[in-house]
Amino acid sequence: MKLYCLSGHPTLPCNVLKFKSTTIMLDCGLDMTSTLNFLPLPLVQSPRLSNLPGWSLKDGNAFLDKELKECSGHVFVDSVPEFCLPETELIDLSTVDVILISNYHCMMALPYITEHTGFTGTVYATEPSVQIGRLLMEELVNFIERVPKAQSASLWKNKDIQRLLPSPLKDAVEVSTWRRCYTMQEVNSALSKIQLVGYSQKIELFGAVQVTPLSSGYALGSSNWIIQSHYEKVSYVSGSSLLTTHPQPMDQASLKNSDVLILTGLTQIPTANPDSMVGEFCSNLSQTVRNGGNVLVPCYPSGVIYDLLECLYQYIDSAGLSSIPFYFISPVANSSLEFSQIFAEWLCHNKQTKVYLPEPPFPHAELIQTNKLKHYPSIHGDFSNDFRQPCVVFTGHPSLRFGDVVHFMELWGKSSLNTVIFTEPDFSYLEALAPYQPLAMKCIYCPIDTRLNFIQVSKLLKEVQPLHVVCPEQYTQPPPAQSHRIDLMIDCQPPAMSYRRAEVLALPFKRRYEKIEIMPELADSLVPMEIKPGVSLATVSAVLHTKDNKHILQPPPRPAQPTGGKKRKRASDDIPDCKVLKPLLSGSIPVEQFVQTLEKHGFSDIKVEDTAKGHIVLLQEAETLIQIEEDSTHIICDNDEMLRVRLRDLVLKFLQKF
Amino acid sequence: MPEIRVTPLGAGQDVGRSCILVSIAGKNVMLDCGMHMGFSDDRRFPDFSYITRSGRLTDFLDCVIISHFHLDHCGALPYFSEMVGYDGPIYMTQPTQAICPILLEDYRKIAVDKKGEANFFTSQMIKDCMKKVVAVHLHQTVQVDDELEIKAYYAGHVLGAAMFQIKVGSESVVYTGDYNMTPDRHLGAAWIDKCRPNLLITESTYATTIRDSKRCRERDFLKKVHETVERGGKVLIPVFALGRAQELCILLETFWERMDLKAPIYFSTGLTEKANHYYKLFIPWTNQKIRKTFVQRNMFEFKHIKAFDRAFADSPGPMVVFATPGMLHAGQSLQIFRKWAGNEKNMGTVGHKILSGQRKLEMEGRQVLEVKMQVEYMSFSAHADAKGIMQLVGQAEPENVLLVHGEAKKMEFLKQKIEQEFRVSCYMPANGETVTLPTSPSIPVGISLGLLKREMAQGLLPDAKKPRLLHGTLIMKDSNFRLVSSEQALKELGLAEHQLRFTCRVHLHDTRKEQETAVRVYSHLKSVLKDHCVQHLPDGSVTVESILIQAAAHSEDPGTKVLLVSWTYQDEELGSYLTSLLKKGLPQAS
Repeated sequence: MKLYCLSGHPTLPCNVLKFKSTTIMLDCGLDMTSTLNFLPLPLVQSPRLSNLPGWSLKDGNAFLDKELKECSGHVFVDSVPEFCLPETELIDLSTVDVILISNYHCMMALPYITEHTGFTGTVYATEPSVQIGRLLMEELVNFIERVPKAQSASLWKNKDIQRLLPSPLKDAVEVSTWRRCYTMQEVNSALSKIQLVGYSQKIELFGAVQVTPLSSGYALGSSNWIIQSHYEKVSYVSGSSLLTTHPQPMDQASLKNSDVLILTGLTQIPTANPDSMVGEFCSNLSQTVRNGGNVLVPCYPSGVIYDLLECLYQYIDSAGLSSIPFYFISPVANSSLEFSQIFAEWLCHNKQTKVYLPEPPFPHAELIQTNKLKHYPSIHGDFSNDFRQPCVVFTGHPSLRFGDVVHFMELWGKSSLNTVIFTEPDFSYLEALAPYQPLAMKCIYCPIDTRLNFIQVSKLLKEVQPLHVVCPEQYTQPPPAQSHRIDLMIDCQPPAMSYRRAEVLALPFKRRYEKIEIMPELADSLVPMEIKPGVSLATVSAVLHTKDNKHILQPPPRPAQPTGGKKRKRASDDIPDCKVLKPLLSGSIPVEQFVQTLEKHGFSDIKVEDTAKGHIVLLQEAETLIQIEEDSTHIICDNDEMLRVRLRDLVLKFLQKF
Repeated sequence: MPEIRVTPLGAGQDVGRSCILVSIAGKNVMLDCGMHMGFSDDRRFPDFSYITRSGRLTDFLDCVIISHFHLDHCGALPYFSEMVGYDGPIYMTQPTQAICPILLEDYRKIAVDKKGEANFFTSQMIKDCMKKVVAVHLHQTVQVDDELEIKAYYAGHVLGAAMFQIKVGSESVVYTGDYNMTPDRHLGAAWIDKCRPNLLITESTYATTIRDSKRCRERDFLKKVHETVERGGKVLIPVFALGRAQELCILLETFWERMDLKAPIYFSTGLTEKANHYYKLFIPWTNQKIRKTFVQRNMFEFKHIKAFDRAFADSPGPMVVFATPGMLHAGQSLQIFRKWAGNEKNMGTVGHKILSGQRKLEMEGRQVLEVKMQVEYMSFSAHADAKGIMQLVGQAEPENVLLVHGEAKKMEFLKQKIEQEFRVSCYMPANGETVTLPTSPSIPVGISLGLLKREMAQGLLPDAKKPRLLHGTLIMKDSNFRLVSSEQALKELGLAEHQLRFTCRVHLHDTRKEQETAVRVYSHLKSVLKDHCVQHLPDGSVTVESILIQAAAHSEDPGTKVLLVSWTYQDEELGSYLTSLLKKGLPQAS
C-alpha cells in the first residue's frame, strides 16, 4: 500500500492511495496562496495600482518592469493571478479510479484534475459539498473573468530570472506549473463526474474496497472517509471539528480500529481560540461602527459566515447596531444563503429540530426578512443605490487579490475610522495587505478556524487508537515561528509518519487475509474435528471462483461417470493432474498398535527391528519394509498396487490430515 | 435451515393498515404501522397481539421501520408504541419524522374531538412516540445492532417516502412501501440498485393498470377546471394536505401563469400552509428540476394560490379551492361541498357516494342535499403501475417477490406476470398468513492471502478447463474462521508434518546397462507426460515433478533391471500412475 503526496499544503491536501487493486485520490485541494504574489484585480480602474513603479534589478536593469511592480518595498506580478496545482507528474492521474472529497474547500482543484489528466473515474462527495463547492468555484471564476486582464506575465517564471527576484517570489515553488483559473465550462464538466453520497453510506469499489464518508463536524456536508477491506482499515481524517457550530457533529467512533489514520486539515491557527476570536470580532465591529467607520470582512461566501451572521443576529440589538446595514456581496450570496436553509439533514441537532416546526434552520432568514442583512451579486447595480455608510460589508475574496473586496480596500483604506477584520485563516493577513500599503485603515486579525487543534488531536488519537498515523510534515514539528512550542505538534506512539509534496510513502501495512465465501453446500460437507479445546479444524478441497474481486469456494465437481466404450480413450486422459494436492499429514504411528492392526488385517510373519530413530517393520512374505520414525513413514515394496494401497490406508488411519 | 418469514398484519391482499412482520436471520423487524381508513372499530389497527403472546414487544422486535407519512402506514404508531408498549427504535426519514406527528395529531383530533372516541391515543402519546424515532438518511447504512443493518432508498410517492433494505450478513429483504417509478412535478422517481435481495416486498396498488400518460390526465384536469372557471363556476378539489395537493398546486400555478388567468385559487388554511413550508425546507427530497431552480424560484412559494377564508365560499364569481380532507367526509371540504353542490355550474372531485352516482345525499339532521354540481373523479395518486412494478423488480433482481398493499384479484394477475417474466417465486399472503422462505447463506471466512494468491496465480495458467481444486485447512476458533494452507495450519498449531513416502520396485526386462535403462525411461516418460516436468538428472536418476526414479541392477538376474519409483503421499496419484505405466514395459528402441 502506497501513498502519493501531491500537495504540500496541510489544509488543502491531495493524496493518492493505492490500496489493493484500487487507486483512490483523497481530496483535490488547490493552493491559492500563490495569488498573494500577484497584484490585486480592481473592479474599478485604480490609479494607485496602475501607477505603481516597475521593478528593476539592483544593477538598474529594468527589463522586467512590465511584469513586476513594486509597492511599499514588496514586488508583485502584474498579471492574471495563478494557482499552485497539486503535483501532476508523480503518478499517472489517468489511473485514478475514484476521488473522495472531504469538504468544499478541498475540491477546488477538481477541474484541473478531471479535465486535463485523462481522468475517467468517479468523484464521490456529499450534496452540500458539491453545491457549496460549485458556489465557491463559480465565485472564483466570476471574480477573475469579470476583470479581463490583457497581461499574462511569464518572463519572471524563468528559473534563471526567478533566482534574481526578491523574496517571496524567489522562493515560490513550482512556478512553472502554476495555472490560471479554470472556466465555468470546466467546472460544470468536473462537477458532472461527481456521484452524491450520504454519511455512513457504504460504497463498493470494484468489490475490492469499501469507502464510507463520515460526518467530520467542520462544514456543511464535510466528511472524513473510511477506506477498508474486510481485514484492513484506513481512516482519512481531513478538516474535522469538535466545536459546536452549525454542521452535524463529528463521528469519532467509526474511526476506531484503523490500521492507518491519515491526518490532514488541522487548524491553521492553533493558538487562537475560535470563541474568543468571535468575541473580538463582534466588539471590534461594533466599536468601529459606533465611531462612524465602516467594517470590511473579507470572507468566503459559505462556512464561517453563517456562524458570524448568527452571532450578529443575537448581538445586533443588544449592541445598538440595529440601524446599521449589513451587506453580503458575492455573485453567489443569494444561493449560499438559500442553500444553507435546505440542508437540514447535514446540520447540528439544534438546527435540525427547527425544520420540524417548520422554521428555517439559520436565523439569517430573519435578518434578510427584516432588511438588516442585504445581499447583492456585486457592487454594481442595486447595491450602488442602496449603499449607506457606516456599514458592515462581507465580501470576497479573502486573499484580497480579486473580488469586490479589492474595491472596498481601495475605497476605505485611507481612513483610520474604517476597519478590516480578517476571519478566514487561509491567507497571511500581512501578505494579503501588502499591495495596499501604506494603509490608514485599522486591521484586526481574528482568524476563526474551527478545525482540530493539537490537544484535540491527541485526545482523538487516544480515543480511536490507530496503529499508525500519517500526516503532513508540518504537523510533526512546532510551527517555524514558535519553535519552542513543542505542544503545537502531533505527539503519538509510534511517531507519526510524515510526508511532503511529491513524496511517495510505503504505508506500514501487511495484508494477510482476504474474505472468501464458502457456499452452503460445501460448508455442509466439511467435517470439523476438535484439535484443542475451542479450536476445530476442517480440511477443505474446493473449487475457487473469482469474479469482480469476490472469491467463492464451491464444492468440487463429482468425478465424471465413465463414458461408455464408444469414445476412444486417449492415453493422456489417464494422466492425473499433479496439481491436485493431497492433504498434509501429521501425527505419529505407535509401532505396537500398528503391528496389531496389520495382524488384524491378515498380515503374518511380521518382524519389528529397532533403529536409531525408530523402527523397521518387515513383512517378510510380501518382501515389504516399513520404516517408521517420529515424523515419517516409508513404505518400500514390490510393485503390487493392491498391497501398497492396503498398507497406505492402514498407515493413514493413524495420521491426521491437513 | 435458516429461513426468512413474512407475515402481514395488515395490507395482506388489502390496501390500508400496512404492517408487515419480517424475521430474517433471527432478527424481527416490523415494516410500517398503519391504520385502516375503512374501519372505525378494532380492525382499524393491526392486531399486535399476534406478534408475541407473552412478553414485551420491545424484547421481540429489533426495530420498526416507517416507509412514509401516510396514515395507512404510520397511523397506528402511537397506539402501538405507547398503548400496547414498544420502546425499541423506530426508523424513518427526516421529512417523515417532521410531518408524521402533524398528520397523527390531525387524525387524533378528528377521531376524538369530532367523533368523540374514547380510549384513543393522546397528543402526549404522539410526542412520546416520536421521541423513539431515529432519522435515517438516504443510502446511509444504519447499524441497528452488530448484525442488523438497514438502508433507505428514494421512493418518490410523497415527500420523504423511502424503500428500505433490511440486511443481516448476506441475507436481505427489500420493502418498497409505496413508490412511484415516474417523476412528477415535484418528486423524483423511485430508484434502487441491483442489490439482489432474497425477497422483495412490493406494494401492488396498481397491479393491473398500465396508466395512461400522466400528461393526458393533467391536460384533462386543467381543461375541466378551466371550463368551469370560464363559465363562472366554482371548483372544489378535496385533497389531503400533504402529497398530491402540492403536485396539483404546482400544476395549477404554472397553468394560471401560462394562461394569465385571474380567478382566485385558495388553499384551505392551517395544516396546508404549514405543509408548503416543509416542502420548502426539504428541497433535496424533491425532483431534479425543483432542486436546480429553487434559488431563483422556490416552487412551493405560490403566487396565485392564497390562503382560504371561510367567508370566501360565499363570494360570487369563479374560484378554485383546495380543501381538506380528501375523502369529503368531514371538515372544510364537506362544508364547502354543501354550499356549492346545488349549483350545476360548479365542479367538484372525489367523494365516495357521489362518485357512485348518487345525486341525493342524506346529511346529518336528515337534511337531504341534492347534488347538482358536476362531479369528476381523477386519480393522481403516485403509485407505480404494473409496468413500474415490473421495472423495480428488474432493478433489484430479487430471488423472490411478495405482494402487499393491493387487491387479491389484481395481485393474482401480477403474480403470474412476475413469475413468468423473472422466473422467481411470487407470494401474496393474506393478513395473518406466514410465508416462509428457506435461505442458504454462504459462510464468510478469511483466506490467507498467500494461499489465495498461489491459487489465483495458478488459475491464470492457460491449461485449466478442468476445474482446479484449492486445498487448505479451515481453522475455527470461537467465531473466527480462517482458511489457511495446510503447512500454515500445521505451523500455527505447533504440529510437525508426518511424511509418508512410498518406494516401489518395478522389474523391467532389459539387458542394457542401468544408465541406458534410465535414458530409455526418460525418453518414454517424456513422450507420454507432455504436460509434466520430466528431467534426467546428472546422477542418472529421472524425475517426474517431485517423483524420483532410479534404475538399479538386479542382484540375481543380469537381464533384469529394477526401477525404484519413490514418491510422497502428496503425489499419490501421479506415483501410482507411473508405476502402472512402467510396469507395462518400455517401448522397443527404434
